[in-house]
Amino acid sequence: MTASFAPQPIDRRSFVQQAVAGLGLGFAWPTLDARAAKRRGSERPTSLITLFLDGGPSQLETWDPHPGTPIGGDTTQIKTRLPGLTIGSDYQQTAEIINELSVIRSLVTSEGNHERGVYLAKTGYAPDLTLVHPAIGAILARERWDKSIEIPQHVSLGHSPSPARGGFLGARYDAHKVYEPGGRLRNVASRVQGDRQSRRLEGLKVVSRAFSRGRLTATRRTQHQLMIDRALSMMSSDQLGAFQIDDEPRSRVELYGDSRFGRGCLVARRLVQAGVRAIEVTLPGWDSHGDNFDTHRELAAVLDPALFALVTDLKQHDLLDSTIVIVLGEFGRTPTINGLDGRDHWPSGFSALVGGGGLAAGRVLGATDPTGRKRKPEQPIPITDLLATVLSRMGVDHEKKVVTPIGRPMAYCEGTPIPGLL
Amino acid sequence: MRVFCRVFLLLLVLGGLLTLVQDTPGRPTDDISVPQAPAKRFQPPERAVKFEAWFEAHWAEEQIAPAAAADELAILRRLSLALHGTVVSLAELRQFEADAGELRLERWTQKFLDDGRYASYCSERLGRALIGVSEGPFLSFQRERFDAWFIEQLAADRPWDEIVTKLVSAQGQPVADPATNYITISQFNLTGRVDEEIDEQQLAGRTIRAFLGQRIDCAKCHDHFFDPRWKQAHFQGLTAFFVAAHFTVHGVEDDIGRQLEVTDHETGTSRVIVPKVPFGSEWLPEAGTRRQRLAAWLTDPRNERFDRAIINRIWAQMFGRPFYSPVDDLPDPGDPGTRALDLLAVEFRAHRRELKWLIHAIAASRPFRLDSRPPVPGTEQSRAAGWPVEELERREEAWAVFPLVRLRPEQVIGSMLQAASIKTIQRDSSLFTRARKFFSNQDFVKDYGDLGSAEFSEQTGTIPQALLRMNGRLAYELIQPGATAATSAIARATEGDDALCLKTCFQVCLGRSPESEEREVLSRWLAETTGEARQQAVEDIFWTLFNSPEFSWNH
Repeated sequence: MTASFAPQPIDRRSFVQQAVAGLGLGFAWPTLDARAAKRRGSERPTSLITLFLDGGPSQLETWDPHPGTPIGGDTTQIKTRLPGLTIGSDYQQTAEIINELSVIRSLVTSEGNHERGVYLAKTGYAPDLTLVHPAIGAILARERWDKSIEIPQHVSLGHSPSPARGGFLGARYDAHKVYEPGGRLRNVASRVQGDRQSRRLEGLKVVSRAFSRGRLTATRRTQHQLMIDRALSMMSSDQLGAFQIDDEPRSRVELYGDSRFGRGCLVARRLVQAGVRAIEVTLPGWDSHGDNFDTHRELAAVLDPALFALVTDLKQHDLLDSTIVIVLGEFGRTPTINGLDGRDHWPSGFSALVGGGGLAAGRVLGATDPTGRKRKPEQPIPITDLLATVLSRMGVDHEKKVVTPIGRPMAYCEGTPIPGLL
Repeated sequence: MRVFCRVFLLLLVLGGLLTLVQDTPGRPTDDISVPQAPAKRFQPPERAVKFEAWFEAHWAEEQIAPAAAADELAILRRLSLALHGTVVSLAELRQFEADAGELRLERWTQKFLDDGRYASYCSERLGRALIGVSEGPFLSFQRERFDAWFIEQLAADRPWDEIVTKLVSAQGQPVADPATNYITISQFNLTGRVDEEIDEQQLAGRTIRAFLGQRIDCAKCHDHFFDPRWKQAHFQGLTAFFVAAHFTVHGVEDDIGRQLEVTDHETGTSRVIVPKVPFGSEWLPEAGTRRQRLAAWLTDPRNERFDRAIINRIWAQMFGRPFYSPVDDLPDPGDPGTRALDLLAVEFRAHRRELKWLIHAIAASRPFRLDSRPPVPGTEQSRAAGWPVEELERREEAWAVFPLVRLRPEQVIGSMLQAASIKTIQRDSSLFTRARKFFSNQDFVKDYGDLGSAEFSEQTGTIPQALLRMNGRLAYELIQPGATAATSAIARATEGDDALCLKTCFQVCLGRSPESEEREVLSRWLAETTGEARQQAVEDIFWTLFNSPEFSWNH
């Protein structure tokens, strides 16, 4: 789809208009009745969608290109709907909606190892062998738990090497893992039906009763039966339909792109609509120590349509004002290009997109040195500050201290909300 | 890893063909009775008398009546879960029942320790404290090599101090000298290149946690806020022992010229930190590399923390819960709350710090052999409602009742696989069965949720776990009819004897016989069934038992 449009802004816009028309969107591009949408949108409790670019995407090939410099490689740039902002030319569709988001070009993290970096990017803390910190999504699921939701309120879509976890808040806040988004959810359909299922459940009660005899208090504490009951109500819940995309118009599915990630983004929108609090969609493969440019080009072909479709679709469903969208990896990649035409890990001065959910749109924060000599970016923003911003915007006191299992009180997040985004 | 999986797949196919030839229907797999194993001559290990006596005195002092003795089959299940990570197989169960000799549980503890499954399972469990569960740096960290080496150490029952000395002072290549992986797992790996520095701070913190059961990590940046015992100077002094370690083309080496330099944040001045231990400096030898000296200090017989730490960890593995929580942050030796650890430490040292003796000592102690049901409450009201939570917790803290603890994911899957197979799944089982165990473990553990190195944190079950057990593909496939499926073998071999059928299902899954209400309800499913209907009834019984709390909780 992306191959068919010309690299001129006007043509891109026509494409978008056609695509939007194809969806039968309920607003005229770009003249949306913003006030009305905002009023309805902001009444909803806020949700979070994190598009996690696992492996460490290059800032230079995405949101912070420096073409024509020694560090720029062969990446070119394009203008966007945000005056003065250019991004990597592989993101032609994103260029059309980037004004709905803000760009951070000066993120810093203390971790340059994938596992540790992902952990920090998801939890706000460096790994500590004495305890597991909860991911931001888990904190949101806990603090903004909605009793009317029968499906998981924290969901991980796609193949994440380290899905978001509940950590010391408890395994109940772990992200529910869906490896193949869009299809039927695994493990929610009973393997037998009718009388056989009834007798199995009846038998289970009898065997459970025998076990709890003499162990009443201890078995109650296990919550084993409670989990089975909740699992059973989830199995019969209509809300499960949010995980499937069968009833979506073909044009909309196509707009997201024919990829696991694209389908994940579409499911994420449906989950938000159903009231799910936090969703991560993972796009792996960014660890380009060799062949950096082709790798990024191929991944851009997946990310670009999906991101464009997600933001557009959220807006069409009047959900963007109540949904924070983050596009983030665990770190960036070196300004220098190594002998394998690759870029190595770069935890200092990398980029992310963030917006929606009432956060400021159209801002560009920070900048990196076009020569690549200065390691420190202008206006460095610790990755924890981004997480604190999300919590704060979603009405969660990020400084709230919880007592961890090791008896040590710990703040949800040690970052400081970024004033430029609130 | 990908290459490894391909080779494994090839072996799986070959092994599968071999198994099909061996296990064609009609062969003796239908025969589910197993002859008694010949009893070996057996010299029982020495008991830890003073340690055992401490519990009796403690219960008297606390005025707690301990639970009754647990059924020996229940104790056998605990042993099997702790040492092999599965429930006992039907073959083992039949052997155990037919074994009328003296010291039955002691002999079976020894049998389980002699089994190859012990070293392979326990290396995975103990390994978490040593090298965690992360992937580690590319090339310089070789988990498979470390695992193989650690399994060898445990199987040979090398004294714990010898193992630790090798780990802490290891030098050489991660492949040829696998103990070095203990060092290289702490490589920074910031840029993804292989020649990065070792994080000596992480190494120091991990060493003291794993081998002395003390969390001094919080003293990295400042004096410990919550534990006045540990100062920043202690952490720095210990870190200085590791600063010489670095990774080169020759592997892990010590560069004695390297020194730990720290900068004072307030004054901005730098100073060199000399290697220093926080206590027992007289145990620190003068000779050797810095890491060799530290290893000698850690394992010195006077360093009681060393023995207490591993005892607390082995206890955790046996009970699913450490004697003192958190498992790696113990009070000082002599603390009244951990007196039992001190007493056992004395005897552990007297037994050359051999882990198999330690396991015997704990397995033979009364707490390990108590029922998980506390004595019946005195009043009628509390009999109906059960003990108040606080009272139950008081009894659990005193180890006067065996605690109910959620099984780890690989124990649940191991138990499902074992229950679904009549034969004992062990290292010399057919490749096919072992391959299935290998791959099933990976997927199931991922779906079930692995607690990683925080494995002893107390957690309740979750909805995805319940869904996985109820509707998951693996649990479904395991109970489907098949040449090697336990459900088929049981359904066929017990046609006409429903009571035996039900009893066998219960023994295979739960290691016990059904009670009266269970017999009454579940026997109805089997009544007058043959062929496919009987197979379905047995499948439904297995499903019921797999999903019961009794199956996925240690008790």
